[in-house]
Amino acid sequence: MNAATHLFTSNLLAAASLPIHPPTASTIGQGVDYLYFFLTGITLFFTILIFSIIFYFMIKYHRRSEDEAPGFVGTSMTLEITWTLVPLAICAVLFVWASSLYFENSRPPNASMELFVVGKQWMWHIQHPEGPREIDELHVPVGVPVKLTMTSEDVIHDFSIPAFRIKKDVLPGRYSSIWFQATKTGIYHFYCAQYCGTDHARMIGWVYVMTAEDYAGWLSGGVRGESMAQSGERLFTQLGCITCHVADNNGRCPTLVGVFNHPVKLKDGRTVVADDAYLRNAIVNPNSMPLPNYAPLMPSFQGQINEEQLLQLIAYIKSLGPEERKSAGK
Amino acid sequence: MSTAVTEIPQDSRVHYLNVSYGVKSWLLTVDHKRIALLYLGSITFMFLVGGVAAVLMRIHLIEPAGALVQPETYNKLFSAHGIIMVFFFLVPSIPATLGNFLVPLMVGAKDLAFPKLNLLSWYIYVVGALFTLYAVISGGVDTGWTFYTPYSSTYSHSAVIPVAIGVFITGFSSILTGLNFIVTIHKMRAPGLTWFRLPLFIWSIYATSVIFILGTPVLAITIFLLGVERLFHVGIFDPAVGGDPLLFQHLFWFYSHPAVYIMILPGMGVVSELIAAFSRKRIYGYTMVAYSSFAIAIISFLVWGHHMFVTGQSIYAGLIFSVLSFLVAIPSAIKVFNWTATLYKGSISYEAPMLYALGFIGLFTMGGLTGLFLASLATDVHLSGTYFIVAHFHYIMVGGAVMAYMGGLHYWWPKITGRMYPDMWARVAAVIIFVGFNLTFFPQFMLGYLGMPRRYAVYPPEFQVFNVMSSAGASILGIGYLIPLVYFIWSMRYGPIAPANPWGAKGLEWTVPSPPPTDNFEETPIVTEEAYNYAPIPEGQHG
Repeated sequence: MNAATHLFTSNLLAAASLPIHPPTASTIGQGVDYLYFFLTGITLFFTILIFSIIFYFMIKYHRRSEDEAPGFVGTSMTLEITWTLVPLAICAVLFVWASSLYFENSRPPNASMELFVVGKQWMWHIQHPEGPREIDELHVPVGVPVKLTMTSEDVIHDFSIPAFRIKKDVLPGRYSSIWFQATKTGIYHFYCAQYCGTDHARMIGWVYVMTAEDYAGWLSGGVRGESMAQSGERLFTQLGCITCHVADNNGRCPTLVGVFNHPVKLKDGRTVVADDAYLRNAIVNPNSMPLPNYAPLMPSFQGQINEEQLLQLIAYIKSLGPEERKSAGK
Repeated sequence: MSTAVTEIPQDSRVHYLNVSYGVKSWLLTVDHKRIALLYLGSITFMFLVGGVAAVLMRIHLIEPAGALVQPETYNKLFSAHGIIMVFFFLVPSIPATLGNFLVPLMVGAKDLAFPKLNLLSWYIYVVGALFTLYAVISGGVDTGWTFYTPYSSTYSHSAVIPVAIGVFITGFSSILTGLNFIVTIHKMRAPGLTWFRLPLFIWSIYATSVIFILGTPVLAITIFLLGVERLFHVGIFDPAVGGDPLLFQHLFWFYSHPAVYIMILPGMGVVSELIAAFSRKRIYGYTMVAYSSFAIAIISFLVWGHHMFVTGQSIYAGLIFSVLSFLVAIPSAIKVFNWTATLYKGSISYEAPMLYALGFIGLFTMGGLTGLFLASLATDVHLSGTYFIVAHFHYIMVGGAVMAYMGGLHYWWPKITGRMYPDMWARVAAVIIFVGFNLTFFPQFMLGYLGMPRRYAVYPPEFQVFNVMSSAGASILGIGYLIPLVYFIWSMRYGPIAPANPWGAKGLEWTVPSPPPTDNFEETPIVTEEAYNYAPIPEGQHG
């Protein structure tokens, strides 16, 4: 059987068992599906109700003679109030249900494994902290919460995995994140769901949900490169960051040891937490947030390093974790 | 030659169409009825251009790998389709044609408050349309009708600036038209025509005009800023030069969500007229229907963030926009229930305009209910950016607004042209449009739920079946729209002469001859009754 015939047959098979429901393969998916079915029920009920009443009236009150003059029918306020309050009540239920679900779905569990996604016209770059990098493919273990931290090199993209019922815009100049916990091994589509130019429709790929063992095997397979933090450390030296940001506070710049996720006091009196967004901004736009005891010496790295390198630098800074802070401090 | 009207040779009576001849008499006219026809011609042309783009897209999507054009061309087709249909057809459709023709007739006035301004707004529209057509011909624009930054301001290599200028200019046409309607409705109502005696069409046009005036300037500013960033690289929206890409979306949707109601509110007004006329009943809950137009106009300005649930806007902002989006559904539901209740104990006949009106109620109901899926935050995350969105807004914009526009055009055609069209053909066309519409857009709900993103020039093969169904439906829909085009043109010359009031309908516009004289009313009418006074209202009751 040649490829064309095979494609034709598989299309026929697809037509015979016309899919009307996408695969559900994440912990979030089930909850979203229940809400979707409820909404479908409401839609069917009211559509059928309105259509039936219209058809019934159309037949029952069909004009029988040209000079027919129907009598006056007054407006019943009871009826008006009923058909205002009933939709209002349904909407209230929907709002509470959908919003609480959305609220839950927005928060990644603390123990999530973190991967990094960079969108650029028209491909997806994905980095695993351990080192492996992929293009338009995303390998993840089943049953483990995974958080994606995402940014764009150019225009707005959107990372969408229908089988997991998740989607989030990927914006230039900032980090956005989504998370999921896959429940079924298999291969699922991901798409760019925000129009981003000529080859928008080709900015798609596959999520490979693997068992924990397969994933460990995949991670260690192939050419074992350096981890993201190691790449970041190399950049830290290459870009000359290391000449100022030395391991203790005796340099011209603050030490970065243990800075991640700790409060930083700014010159204008505000205190901010040094999260991913803060670190990114501190590298590309350092003068936007001067520190009290340091001269604004640091040059901007905007345009000198790409988003993937930024993520590696941040991974390196994160790796200088609190443990080292303790030992460095004492 | 049996009725009294046809015994008088048609040309013996002077009316607005035969009062003068020649191109100049049309291009320099200040008669609101002639300006309405100028608009009718222009927007029909734009509708055909936008329709051709849609047909090419649907042919292309028959094959997963794309059957017709390169992705670059496909992107330009959907952009042209959206820009032309939204800004140059749907927004002006009912207000600028039926509204222009009917507002003075329905309030008992000789013309709009500012007749010259009215002509100016048509010229502004034409200049804007020419800019946009130039851009489409000179290579096209590929940003989509939403012009999202920084793609449109920095990365797109297409004719963004000419289109932006076209849309910018056309906005002023909307503002002037809205201003004209508001002043006319306030100041030029006939003696006795109190606010609650006004036809519901006037109420909806009034609410629409308020949005025109408040919303369109924001669009103009947004488009202007986009142009400034693209031409002079001033950092407004592009983060690479210090801007904020989401700022554009906030500004754009602050206009463009109310704009959805600019498109649907006048349709709701038309449907109220049609339901009343063809069931010979006063609209059930007249006051509720009138107030609900205003509720919609006001809330519509507070829901723009529901286009941005997945952009990363704050969760709490999402909650507020979600609750407001649910609220805007309530007045729409009230309208649907009241129209349905109007049929109760009526005397219902099924001429073509009524078929369109009933089709409107059904399709608008479905469009509205599927909106609940998108106001619900958790399901919106899955459906946003997919074909579900495309299907939803086409149920409102085409199933709603265009059905109402077609219904209104058929209802008032005898008044506008003085000629009847073949009713049987019109009924057939209405049914074909209804069937073709559902076949085109219902499969797109399925595609969206399955996860197919919108604006895809190529797509995975598992989506092919629904795409082929949609394309098949589009061909039926296309034929449905061509039939009226043919018989309307035919009727202008060969249609039977129309009497003053062919439907036996109430309303001041039916008290003047068809077509009306240039000054509409020989003497100012005095209104002594409620709107839709098909049966007298008993003492002590309210309608």
